[in-house]
Amino acid sequence: MPLQVKRLLLVFAIFIGIMLVLKYVLTPDSWREYGPYRGNAIGEIASQQAKYVQKESCADCHDSIAEIKSRGEHINLQCEICHGPGYQHVDDENFKMEITKNSTLCLQCHTMNAASPKNIIKQIDATEHNEGEECITCHNPHQPWL
Amino acid sequence: MAIEKENFSRRDFIKNSSMFAGGVVFASLINPYKFVFATKQPKGKGKWYGIGIDIEKCIGCGSCARACKIENNVPDDPFFFRNWVEQYTITNDERILVSSPNGGIDGFKQPVPEEDIYKTFFVPKMCNHCAKSPCTQVCPVGASFESPEGLALVDQSYCIGCGYCVQACPYGCRYIDPVKGVVDKCTLCYHRLEKGLDPACMMACPTGARIYGDLNDKNSAVSLFLKEHNCAVLKPQLNTESKLFYNDLSQEVH
Repeated sequence: MPLQVKRLLLVFAIFIGIMLVLKYVLTPDSWREYGPYRGNAIGEIASQQAKYVQKESCADCHDSIAEIKSRGEHINLQCEICHGPGYQHVDDENFKMEITKNSTLCLQCHTMNAASPKNIIKQIDATEHNEGEECITCHNPHQPWL
Repeated sequence: MAIEKENFSRRDFIKNSSMFAGGVVFASLINPYKFVFATKQPKGKGKWYGIGIDIEKCIGCGSCARACKIENNVPDDPFFFRNWVEQYTITNDERILVSSPNGGIDGFKQPVPEEDIYKTFFVPKMCNHCAKSPCTQVCPVGASFESPEGLALVDQSYCIGCGYCVQACPYGCRYIDPVKGVVDKCTLCYHRLEKGLDPACMMACPTGARIYGDLNDKNSAVSLFLKEHNCAVLKPQLNTESKLFYNDLSQEVH
């Protein structure tokens, strides 16, 4: 074998050796556990905190309101759609959950729009139906037709 | 140039044929170690998540988009979304208008007077969690992947923020997080699923227009939804095997 080929082979061997060492050092622990990615990433994504606690948690303490709501049109709604996420309030009951009391919150769903299906949601035109009034002066949001 | 027939001997023919056959055998031998990876649907055991959206029930309130932003710390700017709602309006003179002001979070205004409207409806959009996702295939570092449960997820500690996947997604469901500088997308609230809670958008929907579940379980909500409705996926011609199924999807939606 000519000398220059021998030298080239040596360079190649060193290069491949360095690459193998780098691969061993740099590959994360759980690489290729399920596929060509870090298997531990799935657990890391799953460990994020959940902010919405869902209505069953709300009903643990606020059972009277949950009972009123269960007899109204809003029975299937989650409390947190209107009240916002409750994770801080669950941890610390002194943490107040702010809620918008004017009509913008109600009109989020109930505003008149041709694209909203009429049979699914009751819609009102806010410029005709008691303009400027707060909806909650007449309707109880937990039981709208009381 | 004409082929010189006398140059093709029997020996050459057998040599070429056996080389071809050997190549086929070699390709089949290395098949288990192929470089392109796609998660297969686990048949029989294991979950395989799918999503259903009932356009007939969507009222365009934007609760889903709002809940998603809060749950997943998505930036407030009106161009970072993991899910959003679009309002389609088809006028009598056959113009198609699509609007999504701030993803529908602040509600919608109908720009066309009612007498000019031929058809109008809302289309909620989110990650399709494709079984053959174009976004995970282009990732150069293996940070974008499909989990064994069929969710397209991002390993944010590994992502280099190159943005290939943002361009590759045909549904526009990814964005670069301006603070972290890495890509972010819908995880179907995987952290909530693991805790036994519903994904934020599914929980927040007041009319039950959004459904999710295990496609392997034939009695799950999404399997029953697919059974009872004629469903379609977005951009079926791209062969992404999307797992987000729309009921009552108009062909104008893209």
